Amino acid sequence: AMEDVCAKFVSQKISKTRWRPLPAAALQPPDLFATGSWDNEDNRISIWSVGDLGNAGLSGEYQVEPQLLCDIKHNGDVMDMQFLDQERIVVASSTGTVTVFRHHQNNQTLSANQRWEKAHYHVDQDTCCGGAACTGVICNNPEIVTVGEDGRINLFRADQKDAVRTIDNADSSTLHAVTFLRTTEILTVNSIGQLKIWDLRQQRNEPSQIFSLTGDRVPLHCVDRHPNQQHIVATGGQDGMLSIWDIRQGTMPVSLLNAHEAEMWEVHFHPSNPDHLFTCSEDGSLWHWDASTDVSEKPSFLHQGGRSTTYFSHNTINQSVVSAWLSNDPTKDRMEITNLIPNQTLSVNSLDILGPCLVYGTDAEAIYVNRQLFA
Amino acid sequence: AAVPSQVVPGADPSARQLCFAWGPAEVLVCETLFGRRGGSPSRGERGPGRGVLPGVLTGCVAGTGEGGPSSSRLFVVRKDQDIYIQTLRKLFNESHGIFIGLQRSEEELAGKSRKAQLVQVSKNYRSVIRACMEDMHQAAISARDPALHSQYSTQVSILSAMELIWNLCEILFVEAAAAGPLLLRLLDWVRLHVCDVDNMVREVLSSENPSKHELFWNVVDVFVLQGRMDEARHLLSKEASANPTSVNMYKILDDLMKKMPVPSLGNTQTLTEMELKWQHWHEECQRYLQDGTFASNSHMESICKILLGDEDAILEKKELMTTWYHFLVTRLLYSHPTVKPMELRMDLFLGGEGSPEPLDTILMAAFEFEMHQVIKECSVALSNWWFVAHLTDLLDHCKLLQSHNLYFGSNMREFLLLEYASGLFSHHSLWQLGVDYFDHCPEYGRVYLELHIERIPLNTEQKALKVLRICEQRQMHEQVRSICKIMAMKALRNNRLGSALSWSIRAKDAAFATLISDRFLKDYCERGCFSDLDLIDNLGPSMLLSDRLTFLGKYREFHRLYGEKRFSEAAKLLLMLMTAHIAPCSFWMTLLTDALPLLEQKEVIFSAEQTYELMRCLEDLTAGKSDTEKFQDDDVESMKVEMLRLALARNLARVIVKEGTLEGS
Repeated sequence: AMEDVCAKFVSQKISKTRWRPLPAAALQPPDLFATGSWDNEDNRISIWSVGDLGNAGLSGEYQVEPQLLCDIKHNGDVMDMQFLDQERIVVASSTGTVTVFRHHQNNQTLSANQRWEKAHYHVDQDTCCGGAACTGVICNNPEIVTVGEDGRINLFRADQKDAVRTIDNADSSTLHAVTFLRTTEILTVNSIGQLKIWDLRQQRNEPSQIFSLTGDRVPLHCVDRHPNQQHIVATGGQDGMLSIWDIRQGTMPVSLLNAHEAEMWEVHFHPSNPDHLFTCSEDGSLWHWDASTDVSEKPSFLHQGGRSTTYFSHNTINQSVVSAWLSNDPTKDRMEITNLIPNQTLSVNSLDILGPCLVYGTDAEAIYVNRQLFA
Repeated sequence: AAVPSQVVPGADPSARQLCFAWGPAEVLVCETLFGRRGGSPSRGERGPGRGVLPGVLTGCVAGTGEGGPSSSRLFVVRKDQDIYIQTLRKLFNESHGIFIGLQRSEEELAGKSRKAQLVQVSKNYRSVIRACMEDMHQAAISARDPALHSQYSTQVSILSAMELIWNLCEILFVEAAAAGPLLLRLLDWVRLHVCDVDNMVREVLSSENPSKHELFWNVVDVFVLQGRMDEARHLLSKEASANPTSVNMYKILDDLMKKMPVPSLGNTQTLTEMELKWQHWHEECQRYLQDGTFASNSHMESICKILLGDEDAILEKKELMTTWYHFLVTRLLYSHPTVKPMELRMDLFLGGEGSPEPLDTILMAAFEFEMHQVIKECSVALSNWWFVAHLTDLLDHCKLLQSHNLYFGSNMREFLLLEYASGLFSHHSLWQLGVDYFDHCPEYGRVYLELHIERIPLNTEQKALKVLRICEQRQMHEQVRSICKIMAMKALRNNRLGSALSWSIRAKDAAFATLISDRFLKDYCERGCFSDLDLIDNLGPSMLLSDRLTFLGKYREFHRLYGEKRFSEAAKLLLMLMTAHIAPCSFWMTLLTDALPLLEQKEVIFSAEQTYELMRCLEDLTAGKSDTEKFQDDDVESMKVEMLRLALARNLARVIVKEGTLEGS
């Protein structure tokens, strides 16, 4: 419900919001998130606390405004941001630099831990200018993969000064986003509507598989992989369309779902309840896609932090979820879609979901937190 | 209307004319004497008129100016100073949402609900101002630097004045309540904004024995002056219990205060009823005053006089009211509570001396229902366009400004919105908000947007996409083309042919697509292989954008067919590229050379007819060249031609034999 959403105007346009990951055995919902800004003279990485929930679910009082814990200046627009672990955040910059920031929780400060200057660049890495925007970053501690406007793919390790592997000219168009498919394979999307799989074990500088949209090759801006069924991949395009791909078969998407009216900037499967999907867009909307087959079976999210075990305990349900995203039966009306922002104006650039909590940031310089997503 | 003016500091009086130029981000620069003399103002020093006049010469000295032979300093002027205040960004962003909501709101709503809606919008604007004020106040408290502290404090008082004016306008213009309720609203307004006495009230009320406090009667007076009868009576009852001798006197005053007729918010009583009750009560007060009931207690006597609306008695409490508008409202309350809005002007007079402050002038204009004067005075007094733009827009939605047309631009609402939005566009980050304001300026909004949007620096593709989306949604084709061209040029400079091509495809810019295709072909000729195959192989329908792009796609297809050893298909395609004039003439030699290996295949590929056509292509090519060109061509070229002729002749011989054999059998 909308009344559970808490807004805070932060006097900077927000390009990224990310929850801090929870420790493996955590039962609490997330309480800390990071934001990055863009298009400011002075861009910043900030860490926010949403406070101690205390007796959650009893008081019904969720209107705790996010509190700024600490922030640090960031050179260039924050293009992407991922937590490497509980303390470290990897940030992609429009200058082409990739920085690892450390959040010191004892004294609430941020510091730059490691930096790869001009990991992405045009023509010549050593000239004073010529950095190319790093558009996407994905982490699988200690590995970090970045992509950029230069069509380059970098593989870094958090503890190594030089890139482990670089694929120059991996793509002739701009790479917009990257995610891990498996520990050694990554997925990239580009500005001519292609989805590519790269196997980092192979020395060949070619993708192992190319998928693409038919017709007008609408640029793809975001990609996420189903957390349990790794062959199911969701992408979002410039026309706001949501595409679901089954990478085991074919080279085209399994289904194309009409969604937003402008660029879809991010798509995320719910990490522990992947029949829920969230997308946000330049048109100022944020959609919740609910493909759970039986409404009465909706799980309770209140007391869980990490992966859900309750929901997938029945094999039958598990089966139906498999088909939920891949079924392209037009008569299927089970997909429930809700726009979570009623009076949309400016772009929603980023969102993140963890447990029952949603955080998103906008060009209207506000961050929003909903801690009762499924209430 | 007079144009506000200001002397440019440092202007050279001997110069025959002062030269101005608009710089980037709406910065107006002019040459000054600064730097020619020593001791010029340093960067960031405030001009004398800062914070007073928006849209005119407020600003700071910028530029280094040290040393050089013509080191005149630049005096940089900003249109809207407040746009750059970090804390106010919350105000700009949040009010943007309210503004959009108001534009989308339904005009059709019937009278009362429409008014309720507009009042709510007004309240929303005010609550944003108040929230901002609170933030600024916190910032002032936590600021260690005294200069910063005073800067924040100034902002707090400016915001406070803005809220005061807005609230009054809301009561008088937006809500435009009937006589009785209007007075109640004005009392609320006074209570909310005359905060100087709040500390005193708090001190007395929290003391151990309030009635013994030296300021006790002051607090009672404050309550009476603000019409807070219940609170006044509560305090008095404490005093009464401490003075058993005069308990009767207290009782009578308490009774009078209790019986004072209050205008109701509902429609339960008519104006005449109220007037009648008031007259009756007034006479009762008069009676008690005249028979000397309160003669023994000057405090109570003066309260009774106040209840009777005695001007001298009220003016005696001037320090407790602090402002003339408090006095005005108090006097309204006790001398003529059923005043209609239009009658307010009758009661307007001032207790103060000297020339009025801008705030006084504005509030007075509001009390006189001079809406345009309010807007004009606010434009002059405040250092931002935010206030007047939003207030005027709201009043316009209340249908209060329709009759007024400017002799320039379209109307006042649009003029002010354009000014405000232009200010937003001059800001490196707030420009996105400006778009929606331009959208709601029917006359000039579009032109302003077109001119401003082209000047947004595009440092990343993502930002370009956002700007592009704004243009595409509004069918601004010219701007779409120019943005894509800029991005394509950038990509080209960075040797990113693939990206460059996708940008020109997006803009449907055939000329540029041709240019890039030529670069691809040139690269191919130089390196013997194609770059960016992933793109060229996936051109799809966009291949039809330009002839050259079509050729590029088809030529690459030829290479693929050849690579897959589908020779006859490849041969057919190659020939077609020339005969259908898809290939540029400059490329024919390359194509014919590409035909060589096909002619040399063991198996015959080109038919007799195709061979003749190839021959004609070759002859056309060589014949088309002038003698001088031929002369300049090196041996390699003529050798190539000879080789081709030979190969073609041999192929023709082979094919005639083959075709003849086939026909014969």
